[in-house]
Amino acid sequence: MKVKQISVFLENKSGRLAALTQALAAENINIRALCIADTTDFGILRLIADRPVDAYYCLKKAGCAVSETAVIAVKIPDKPGGLAKIIDVLALAQINIEYLYALPEKTKDTALVIIRVERLDDAISVLQQNGIAVVSEDKVYGL
Amino acid sequence: MIWNRPLETMPREELAGLQLERLKATVDRVYHNVPAYREKMQAARVAPLDIKNLADLRRLPFTTKQDLRDSYPFGLFAAPMRDIIRVHASSGTTGNSIVVGYTRRDLDNWAELIARTLTCTGAGADSVVQISYGYGLFTGGLGVHYGAERIGATVVPVSSGNTKRQIKLMQDFGTNILACTPSYALYMAETMQEMGLSRDLFKLKAGVFGAEPWTEEMRRELEFRLQILAIDIYGLSEVIGPGVASECPVKNGLHIFEDHFIPEIIDPETEQPLPFGEKGELVFTTLTKEGFPVIRYRTHDISVLYEEPCPCGRTHVRMAKIAGRTDDMVIIRGVNIFPSQVESVLLNLGLTEPHYLLVVDRQGALDTLEVWVEVSEKVLSDKIKHLETVEHRIQRELESLLGVTARVRLVEPKSIERSEGKAKRVIDRRKLK
Repeated sequence: MKVKQISVFLENKSGRLAALTQALAAENINIRALCIADTTDFGILRLIADRPVDAYYCLKKAGCAVSETAVIAVKIPDKPGGLAKIIDVLALAQINIEYLYALPEKTKDTALVIIRVERLDDAISVLQQNGIAVVSEDKVYGL
Repeated sequence: MIWNRPLETMPREELAGLQLERLKATVDRVYHNVPAYREKMQAARVAPLDIKNLADLRRLPFTTKQDLRDSYPFGLFAAPMRDIIRVHASSGTTGNSIVVGYTRRDLDNWAELIARTLTCTGAGADSVVQISYGYGLFTGGLGVHYGAERIGATVVPVSSGNTKRQIKLMQDFGTNILACTPSYALYMAETMQEMGLSRDLFKLKAGVFGAEPWTEEMRRELEFRLQILAIDIYGLSEVIGPGVASECPVKNGLHIFEDHFIPEIIDPETEQPLPFGEKGELVFTTLTKEGFPVIRYRTHDISVLYEEPCPCGRTHVRMAKIAGRTDDMVIIRGVNIFPSQVESVLLNLGLTEPHYLLVVDRQGALDTLEVWVEVSEKVLSDKIKHLETVEHRIQRELESLLGVTARVRLVEPKSIERSEGKAKRVIDRRKLK
């Protein structure tokens, strides 16, 4: 149920993101989802790749500072209120969300939301108890 | 192990006698052979015969770096050119380079001093010594070279640069002793790791690291990464090159080879000599140099002298590891800052890689200091908050030690230039404006 997210430290200067995406492209690694958080000097790029282990070593070889984090992926209906429901469930269980980002699914009527929480196992069980589909990692990497 | 037991463990009174005899000869030599020294002594109303005991040294005028530059190239040589068999020179980035000359006896003494230094690490005839200091006009490479031959070691004169090849030779030749700058040693350690080579493949036992100031924290880092004994050696080309002082295995200060040099510590402002235990500028007088003797040469290096006996048995005084060279010092809003202070904070916290750079600038009328340091995977996370905490923590520690605010900037791994010789620690953009 836990999905491997790769986090990369990037300085805010031109060409850094290009170098990173080219390195992944050269190894034929597909970026499934991506989000960047930044400050004035640096940013952290978080990405889900189809082959997370390969992506990790590929970026390390390219000289990036890389780390791996476990996150969860949840399937939600792609309509108003879709996201609100899962956030409600987590809030009620007093599980703090560090950040989240979404990616659309090819089927169009659902979306995948990547969620980073502190209490991962608790979050998974409370979401499942409330009938929310937590997506297996293979599906996230492969779809 | 001690290379020259009679001289290195000579009782203090006997050593003082030897020093006085040699000091008299040196003063006599420069007075008669070097017009610039003679003029300065005459202006100070002191003649060779006035040197009756060691305390009379204080009557002699100081020699400054500017004096040396003004005499470019050979103006301060105290032996005829037919007796000078080698020259070395500083790079001269800040003016005329300083050229120093050596007679055959000077080179012989120099090899003796390096033999003493290498013996401090336990090196001997069975050792393989890899010399990764630059060969050429710089005194590091050739200086260490002849001392390593003197002890009968197998010398690998590889000079600096081509790091991967250095490591291959180190592995293939079974290098035991590495001689280079501490920043280059760190770079080699990092490269070994990158090449995926385990420590067991190497026969390294010790390193003799010098030519730039480095901290205790950097020693721990190098000893841990390379699994060696890391010894600090000190010297400067104006005095002889490497071989002025060396740590013994006790690693509590560097023994100054006092049968060849007289050290003093002075207050750099008042120029008054300071007692043992007080911090100030190091000043050297050479006692055996023929080609290029110096009298009370002001080094701009900040240190402390200790006279307490050392457990190793050597009787020569010890100097504290150099806290910094006043040339590397940056003045931020009136506060003196040495890169080594920043180094000790960064390495003590251990939150980042040991590669850093001080960037000084001026915004309006205000000096600013940024400390760039490479992010470490140990502390890397997916959360901005976490890295900001790291930055703030370093910032707080720096502020409490330095007394000025420094903005910490985390940068990507390997983005700070690696050094194969003396590391560049400061970029001062104020000078460009």
